[in-house]
Amino acid sequence: MKYLAFATGMLAATTAIAETPVLTVYTYDSFVSNWGPGPSVEKAFEAQCGCDLKLVGAGDGAALLARLKLEGARSDADVVLGLDTNLVAAARETGLFSDHSVTAEYTLPIEWSDSQFVPFDWGYFAFVKAAELEAPTNFKDLADSDLKIVIQDPRSSTPGLGLLLWVKEAYGDEAKSVWEGLADNVVTVTKGWSEAYGLFLDGEADMVLSYTTSPAYHLIAEEDASKAAAAFDEGHYMQIEVAGKLAASDQQDLADQFLAFMVTDDFQAIIPTTNWMYPAVTPKEGLPKGFETLITPEKSLLVSPEKADMVRDAALAEWLDALSQ
Amino acid sequence: MAGRVIAIRAWPGIGAAAFVAALILGTLLAVALRAEAGRGLGPSEWAALRFTVSQALWSAGLSVLLAVPVARALARRRFIGRRLFISLLGVPFILPVIVAVLGLLAVFGRSGIVNSALRWAELPEISIYGFHGVVLAHVFFNLPLATRLILQGWQQVPAERFRLAAQLGFGSKDMWRIIEAPMLRRVVPQSFAVIFALCISSFAVALTLGGGPKATTVELAIYQAFRFDFDLGRAALLSCLQLVMVGAAALLALKLSDRDGFGAGLDRPVLRWDADTAPKVALDTCVILCAAVFLLVPLSLVVLDGIAGLAQLPRQVWQAAWVSVLVSLASTGIMVALALPIAIASSSRHRWLEAVALLGIAASPLVIGTGLFLIIYPIANPFSVAFPVTALVNAVMALPFALRMLIGPVRDVVQDYGRLSGSLDIKGWAWMRLVLLPRVRGALGFSCGLTAALSMGDLGVIALFADPERATLPLQMYRLMGSYRMEAASGAALLLLCLSFGLFWAFDRGGRGHAEA
Amino acid sequence: MLRLENVLMRQGDFTLGGDLTVPAGARVAVIGPSGAGKSTLLSLIAGFLPASQGRVFWEDKDITMASPGKRPIAMLFQDNNLFPHLTVFQNVGLGIRPNLKLDPSQHALVVDALKRVGLAGFEDRKPAALSGGQQSRVALARVLVQRRPLVLLDEPFAALGPALKAEMLDLVAELLAETGAGMLMVSHDPEDARRIADQTILVAEGVAHPLVATADLLENPPQALKDYLG
Repeated sequence: MKYLAFATGMLAATTAIAETPVLTVYTYDSFVSNWGPGPSVEKAFEAQCGCDLKLVGAGDGAALLARLKLEGARSDADVVLGLDTNLVAAARETGLFSDHSVTAEYTLPIEWSDSQFVPFDWGYFAFVKAAELEAPTNFKDLADSDLKIVIQDPRSSTPGLGLLLWVKEAYGDEAKSVWEGLADNVVTVTKGWSEAYGLFLDGEADMVLSYTTSPAYHLIAEEDASKAAAAFDEGHYMQIEVAGKLAASDQQDLADQFLAFMVTDDFQAIIPTTNWMYPAVTPKEGLPKGFETLITPEKSLLVSPEKADMVRDAALAEWLDALSQ
Repeated sequence: MAGRVIAIRAWPGIGAAAFVAALILGTLLAVALRAEAGRGLGPSEWAALRFTVSQALWSAGLSVLLAVPVARALARRRFIGRRLFISLLGVPFILPVIVAVLGLLAVFGRSGIVNSALRWAELPEISIYGFHGVVLAHVFFNLPLATRLILQGWQQVPAERFRLAAQLGFGSKDMWRIIEAPMLRRVVPQSFAVIFALCISSFAVALTLGGGPKATTVELAIYQAFRFDFDLGRAALLSCLQLVMVGAAALLALKLSDRDGFGAGLDRPVLRWDADTAPKVALDTCVILCAAVFLLVPLSLVVLDGIAGLAQLPRQVWQAAWVSVLVSLASTGIMVALALPIAIASSSRHRWLEAVALLGIAASPLVIGTGLFLIIYPIANPFSVAFPVTALVNAVMALPFALRMLIGPVRDVVQDYGRLSGSLDIKGWAWMRLVLLPRVRGALGFSCGLTAALSMGDLGVIALFADPERATLPLQMYRLMGSYRMEAASGAALLLLCLSFGLFWAFDRGGRGHAEA
Repeated sequence: MLRLENVLMRQGDFTLGGDLTVPAGARVAVIGPSGAGKSTLLSLIAGFLPASQGRVFWEDKDITMASPGKRPIAMLFQDNNLFPHLTVFQNVGLGIRPNLKLDPSQHALVVDALKRVGLAGFEDRKPAALSGGQQSRVALARVLVQRRPLVLLDEPFAALGPALKAEMLDLVAELLAETGAGMLMVSHDPEDARRIADQTILVAEGVAHPLVATADLLENPPQALKDYLG
């Protein structure tokens, strides 16, 4: 029963510091992990807020939203950080979020104006490959090639859903035939990003669905230039990650302060080399060295939050149909 | 004639089973009650159901079928390293799914050993992805478990019966007809049911190795309902379907399996006189070698892969390892507290109790976790109870395996020594301590080992309740992967493997009696 | 004194009735054709099988519903008389306290009993390391320490050779003489009955008959017994 004592101890510790205000931020699990932005963000914000920033991890973006729906207005969360544009409409529909007052010079490839959600980072989905591999430059070429790819299931993974919308946005009614063409290139479909990326690194596929920024990790953290992203000429689908303040929060001021902090350099400079995404507002000192080697898509694709909900059900049906043959 | 057995009281077992049922059905109910009107089950869910059942039938069938010769070979051969090999049999089962899958792919994958060899020999390559891949992976996971369950059947046959058989000049066929077939009739259906239940709730393995959305299982459909559509009603309905399938399998297995034991012996070491002919020695050797290669090569590759990463493990991983060990020991304690009473009760009149316990593995972890969350959230901070909840859920998940191991030996003790215990008025704790525990030590040790290891490797509900400060080892491993640190993740996987196996071995070894010597 | 009052026991087609009295200290053989219900009679007296009707008394106490361990009875079965995982000492000690928590005087009792049956020094052995005769002696030592006024023997020595069996029966007789306990012994062999039981219950055709003198019964056997004895 030692763990109980342990748990009680932790509880006691939490009550002891209850005098300082606590800001509870729900986010996805990899954000709070020791290798994610969480620890640095916590330190930076606590240095200026005179509060205790409590980051709580709850699965990934979709699980985060589900968690919020389960808790409803009684949620302990003051801020939710880590929803992406595909989830924004559903999040707004819950009616749990309130308007923010943040203004910033976003360096996003698209115009951003949303009264409830503040972007904190973004990236492009892309297929990651070995640097020397001659990659196709669009989905149709990929379908015609013998290259093998690993993708994620849109039903259980955020990048998987991104790919679904990518193909749909780029090809519209043609999407289904594109998927039929891709069927023989798909080695397998995984539950989440980690599994797929692991399979790719183990040589199970020539390319894996990930982000244009993935090679930056290998380059910067491992000094390994052997990975690159394939540039597709029909454009790359974007993922913009946002945060919002909960209307029922009892720490409205702190929550506002946190959202404002989120678009400052102190927060934004942490993002590139911990979350391996582009910061929503490029910090003064620019991007870390190595990011300049990444591909920059000529065209950015994004289904608006309002449309995403409608599009994804039809797109999923097509995807299931095409790959279940 | 079992007689009236005075030492046995059924109510603790019935209570324990009721607790398990309440946990599983209560969480399901909590989810269902929270649901708003959804779209119900469509054709894609029914397709998922068909796929789930057929892959589970194949997987469980093949696992059990292949386990029979392996168990027989292990039962009648003595060789150096046999003990260790039998212990290693527990390992694939307790590995985190993703680790085991990567291990399998290192052998059968596109750039795995097999295909590299085929390429070298200029032969056509094979693809592991597809229905056969799903079955292969499930056999890899479950063959060892099936082997252990069936091996125990052999070991429960007292040495005296083999002596008698040798005396009567039994040939292979006689041995099969008189001793082995009846024993297998008793052991096989139940082992099948356990593995079937396990395969029903498979998700990541089926999807990854199934090669695409064809391989959609019910568990994936639950995932979709939960996170893609937030349709809790459909999630609860699908989880219900899983429970019904497993419940049906469990009841069928109970009906099929024979209830008579083999009577008591004098715990003499089992010596076999029937298997010394050269062809049989060759056959057994071949079977054991094949099983060893099939099971141990992927594992060795996991180990090799992890050694480099071991040095890179950050401090947090070691902390998580410590947390995981504590949780798994707590799990083991809870399992024993639930399993022994149920095994005792079901050894006399209440055999159906085992079927109740089987629901533990059939239930969707996502639904149990969500249900628990819904139940706990109004009364306590879910984070503060993350560990007790994890330990409890892991114990309930391991319960069916533990019961499968325990019920046979417990029933034998009750049948063979019930009257003697009754006439000497040995009951209650004294009966547990002096009669039951020493006689079921082996099975109990194995069950504890399995539970501890399973709990170590399980991501389970902790993911829903986890708090950044206190993660378990598997969660930290996934976090490493999620942060691109694949090499460190391999190291964490190796650490996990070592700890799981260490716990498993310690318990299993502690419980071994003569029978495995 | 043990009294069966209009006891009837039914199991499917099988019935066994009995209305009889066994005086305190009597040594009684239970004989009869195979399958007639000799073991059933003992199980009934020991409390392993419930009587369908009628009552069982010990002295004047109704023990019909008492559990086996609460009856004034020690019993040896055809087999499984010892726990294989416990030592000789522990197996005997169980006869004194079922939780084996023995005080020094009880400890000495066990050692004495083992000495009495000729197994001094065997305390730490396990049953598998003993011969069949020695195993029987351990069981008898336990009966000795149980100090119950009635001992039921369900052919515990059937597996032993004639000489060894005779030796065991003599040992039983000696022990009973020392403790003054009564005995009911199932036997197939009229010689066993002659050897230590002066009275006999004949079990045949669904009835356990009242006690008669063993010598008389064997000299003028009724038809059912005649068929059995051949």
